[in-house]
Amino acid sequence: MLRTNRLTPFLLGYRLYVAVFFLFLAAPLVAAAAFAFNDSLFPALPWQGFTLDWFFNPTEPKRGMFYDRRLLSGLYYSFVIASCVAVLSVAFGTTNAFLFVRGDFPAKNFFYILMVVPLVIPGVILGISILVLASDTANALEGALGMELSFLRPGLFLVVLGQFSFITTITSLVITARLKKFDGALEEAALNLGASRLRVLATITLPFLRPAMIASGIVAFLVSFENFNTTLFLVGSDAPLTITMYDRMAKVGSTPVLNAVSVFLMLGSGLLALVSILVQRDKTAR
Amino acid sequence: MLQKDFKRLVLILLFTPFALWISLLIILPHIGMIRLSLREKVAPRVYEFGFGHYIDFLQEPIYWNTLLRTGSMSLLVTALALLIGFPIAYYIAKLAGNRTRGALFLLCLVPLWVSDLIRAFGWILLLRETGVLSSFLQWTGVVSGPVEFLYNDVTVVVGLVYTVMLFMIVPLVSTLDGMDNAMIEAGYNLGGNGFTVLRRIIIPYAMPGIVSGCIVVFMLTAGSYLTPILLGGKNSSWFTEQIYNQFITRFNWEAGAAFGILLLLFTSLVIWLGLKLSGQTLANTVARS
Repeated sequence: MLRTNRLTPFLLGYRLYVAVFFLFLAAPLVAAAAFAFNDSLFPALPWQGFTLDWFFNPTEPKRGMFYDRRLLSGLYYSFVIASCVAVLSVAFGTTNAFLFVRGDFPAKNFFYILMVVPLVIPGVILGISILVLASDTANALEGALGMELSFLRPGLFLVVLGQFSFITTITSLVITARLKKFDGALEEAALNLGASRLRVLATITLPFLRPAMIASGIVAFLVSFENFNTTLFLVGSDAPLTITMYDRMAKVGSTPVLNAVSVFLMLGSGLLALVSILVQRDKTAR
Repeated sequence: MLQKDFKRLVLILLFTPFALWISLLIILPHIGMIRLSLREKVAPRVYEFGFGHYIDFLQEPIYWNTLLRTGSMSLLVTALALLIGFPIAYYIAKLAGNRTRGALFLLCLVPLWVSDLIRAFGWILLLRETGVLSSFLQWTGVVSGPVEFLYNDVTVVVGLVYTVMLFMIVPLVSTLDGMDNAMIEAGYNLGGNGFTVLRRIIIPYAMPGIVSGCIVVFMLTAGSYLTPILLGGKNSSWFTEQIYNQFITRFNWEAGAAFGILLLLFTSLVIWLGLKLSGQTLANTVARS
């Protein structure tokens, strides 16, 4: 009854529904990607022929994305921010995993809930609350010490902190799940064979966690790269790509160069997602 | 004794990063925001403690109407995402063959890796006056002139459902995946029809996944900024837009902080109610990784 091979009208309708759903999922992505190759000044029909100008053309009016200095600097800042966030959040996620899987301390459940909470706070609120605290601190220190602490003003440092504040929850959850599956006997065996604790950690436990650390690092990188809500309030003059693109959309209107960036980002994140899947698959083979 | 001291030291070393993260980036900023929201400007550079910004919020219908509108539309989006997503998740977890299952699940995840901005941009290209859908309808002769599909509530809801759909499907698939097919078969063998089996066996089993998906989806929708602004235009009246206006456009941080607190209280209240009504806890839904 559960998996009938007969093609009942119900099952046929069900399949149709699933197919329509995936069309719905794909439609805007296809639209965003397709117009990057349209030889027209506007991302709209009719189709004027295939072109790669929106990637590689160095001159106006069809300046390609690789010759657009503002988009490239946005890409660069996004990359820097996402790398910092990924490294930091994986490091903190790993210590959090050890803390909650191995540690034994009072009110552990309460602290565990506290760890999850950043994920259910709207990103806008994380952004403004960190902005408020950083500005208050900067103002107070400025009054007391008479020095200007520019890193507490909107800019790269605050963007990294803002994204880190909730992405760490994601990495912590992923790495915790992996550490829970670890067989303690492996460590004991190594200890019995005379290895030091540090050596056991470096040669047994951390290699076991590596797939989860890499996968969660990639997730952190991607989430950071595409974050908008938290970043919006913390951004300074060095804007990451999503902010630059939004500005462009609001001020210039939609131009096919944005489609080109979209294609570039889709390829990039697709590639990273593939890497993360391969790393995860390695886990099952072990 | 030495062993015990060592364990203590390790525990402290592990607890420090956690405590720094949660206290400096979550707790202190929120305390700072509450403090700021309770501060009223009485003269230039002179402030007084007071609930003025909250009273303003209650007295100005446009503010609380926006919050109520954001809340009710978010609930609608959550319900729609669940209704549309559940059959898909069930198909992926239970009906699809082994090979198609992985492929379908991956297909579900693909839009997740593309930013909100690009997804909204895609919808704009499809739905605007000069967009693909309008051109297509003119070409088929259904309509005679260009049609604008953007800047109305239906589009905003569709766009939001699209944006959050994956956060609904992923937890559902992972819960349904863990369900033993024998439970469903037993339900049928005991004489239940499809609807009874769904209502009495599948849904109760999937409850943690359903609640987890709903919480994340509701929170993401209520806190979303890009999709309502881009697809709804100037009149989208989304509450996050009010916060942005107070903070960035009007530079009234005190009022903006008060609005932030209100949004946080509101979403927390809804999430808390949802957990109470469904008999779940945060630990066995969202935190269940």
